[in-house]
Amino acid sequence: MGEVIKNRSIIEDDVRHLADDEQATGGNFTVSLTRWLEEREQLKNVEGIGVRIASDEPIEPILDDISSLDIIALDFPKFADGRSYSKARLLRERFNYQGELRATGDILRDQLFYLCRCGFDTFELAQGNIRDALKGFNDFSITYQTAADGTLPVYLSEQRV
Amino acid sequence: MYQYNAIDQKIVDERVAQYRDQVERRLAGELTEDQFRPLRLMNGLYLQRHAYMLRVAIPYGLLSSEQTRMLAHIARKYDKGFGHITTRQNIQYNWPKLAESPDILADLAKVQMHAIQTSGNCIRNISADHLAGVAGDEIEDPRPYCEILRQWSTFHPEFSYLPRKFKIAITGAIQDRAAVIVHDIGFRLVKNDEGVVGFQVIVGGGLGRTPILGATIREFLPKEHLLSYTEAILRVYNLHGNRENKYKARIKILVKSLGPDEFRRQVEEEWEHIKDSVLHLTEEEIARVSAFFVPPEYDAQAANHQEFLGKIDSNPQFARWFEQNVTEHKVPGYNIVAVSLKSPERPPGDITDEQLDVIADLADKYSFGRLRTTHEQNLILSDVPNEHLFALWSELHAQEMATPNIGKVTDIICCPGLDFCDLANAGSIGVSQAITDAFKDDLELQYDIGELKIKMSGCINSCGHHHVGHIGILGINKNDEEYYQIMLGGSAENDASLGKWLGPAISKDEIVGAIQKIVDYYRVEREDGERFLDFYRRVGRGPIKEVVYG
Ligand code: SF4
Repeated sequence: MGEVIKNRSIIEDDVRHLADDEQATGGNFTVSLTRWLEEREQLKNVEGIGVRIASDEPIEPILDDISSLDIIALDFPKFADGRSYSKARLLRERFNYQGELRATGDILRDQLFYLCRCGFDTFELAQGNIRDALKGFNDFSITYQTAADGTLPVYLSEQRV
Repeated sequence: MYQYNAIDQKIVDERVAQYRDQVERRLAGELTEDQFRPLRLMNGLYLQRHAYMLRVAIPYGLLSSEQTRMLAHIARKYDKGFGHITTRQNIQYNWPKLAESPDILADLAKVQMHAIQTSGNCIRNISADHLAGVAGDEIEDPRPYCEILRQWSTFHPEFSYLPRKFKIAITGAIQDRAAVIVHDIGFRLVKNDEGVVGFQVIVGGGLGRTPILGATIREFLPKEHLLSYTEAILRVYNLHGNRENKYKARIKILVKSLGPDEFRRQVEEEWEHIKDSVLHLTEEEIARVSAFFVPPEYDAQAANHQEFLGKIDSNPQFARWFEQNVTEHKVPGYNIVAVSLKSPERPPGDITDEQLDVIADLADKYSFGRLRTTHEQNLILSDVPNEHLFALWSELHAQEMATPNIGKVTDIICCPGLDFCDLANAGSIGVSQAITDAFKDDLELQYDIGELKIKMSGCINSCGHHHVGHIGILGINKNDEEYYQIMLGGSAENDASLGKWLGPAISKDEIVGAIQKIVDYYRVEREDGERFLDFYRRVGRGPIKEVVYG
């Protein structure tokens, strides 16, 4: 396993993405949404469990179990496929998901700022220098609109005066 | 007009720094062209047939004289001395160099301008009625709401990778001059039965391959919900818009496939969750932004100046221009002057650095230092007192910007086409100039024809809005030759309709002749005072087809 960015630091990744026929052997791992729905009862109470949601899969099937999940991984098959931005915000802001929210797939430095604002805290970088990529979080020091990072819209914020 | 505060300026400055870094990484080979493309596109930098093209945002078409001088400077320094006004009120430069593009953005930032979100699958520059604030038929000025939406949509983290581009237009007038019906979202300021002003929300209009007029999904939206409702629409679209096929990815296809009622239901359901969140606009914010758009200090004595009437009697050129290019202002003694960028000497919408400088000076001298761009690719000086009309005309005339043809057959809307655009199938500038040449010398004929909007695109992407031209022309490629299809009967105004194909495509050599035949037939067969559009609606396609192909 390689490195990931978590909470803006580079760490050794300890999460395994299991194939649907692969046994869980302890530690942190994720399964596909399909497998989760089939094995939900067994998996629900396992420590370190996560679900992977593809860009064309909805989040609704996991909403009842959100508090049992330690990891949710939302995929970006191409960085231009922006569906997971909306799902991330919904998970964080509407459904109050507190666990790890991981961006997987075509994750590049130039999207990190937006991803972070939408509630992702963990990033599997597709390519490029992971250390350089950290700079991506600081592209802007102020923002206009609210998002999952809790910033207020500029018209309500103290910054304005 | 809106003035940046420290926050607005900082965001634009940080964008310049971010973009500069991206360009440096690209030039150093750290980014591949594939990785760089979406980044430069978010900043309006396209790779065209011969060179890069940079599209600069003119928020809702409003410019100060200072900004206009900067646009002139950019045309001179980084381009070949030209800019091109687009059908979405922006300006494009056709010859910037990649390595210099960050410097252009830095220059723009000095005058509170940018190229943010002028391309890419994101929320684009918001367009507005070009007569906002000065038209007599206005319920309320739409520009404060454009600005509020501009800020909300700038670098919106959730909506920067939409299925496809997203265009919003707002009008506050009875007469729709912003073509809101063919936008992804069109907002109309309306008054409800209690006399309260809010928005009518129209969604899913658009041109391109599948032209559709938008559907009203809400008759009345209180103003304070502008952002929450827009966010709800965008979220439904972002989650459910088609991402497999780019020709089906615009919101219009989603609205059409779900049906407007089901689309509305989904939007309203989403909206319920967020309408009372921090997206709820405060009265203070609406008032703060509106204060930037208060009318200038008009001279109460302006209407006493009537000398220009004498000039009308003595100078037929001035008289013609006054008749064609000047419209009534809501304040007596003031005039709205359209500056034609449809001179026979230049492609439609093109403007030179020298002209930009001149128009900036004229704006300072005669129109409170402000000017506007229109989606019909002309400019507007919106507040010219009677007293200065003649002097203004004389100076415009000397610069080939007083062609008295607004709304006439030679006031053609035209995309860049094959001369510049990488996607083009056929030339459009050449054809529009050939049509202009056929009519330009006979102004009386042009006036006799009356209002006739010709709109022309070099490919199905429809940047020239051909579906809503009274006569629309679409360039196609037939066995490697340029051919043109004619559409008739389109309009993007209150009486909106989409044009209908007339018949088989026509060769480049024959297209001007075909337009002339249509116009001649109309002049013979029309009823008294009947506009071309009304004539077409009365007689239908049949007889006109006969005349062109028969
Ligand atoms: S209509 Fe086609 S040819 Fe014309 S500018 Fe748009 S994409 Fe280019």
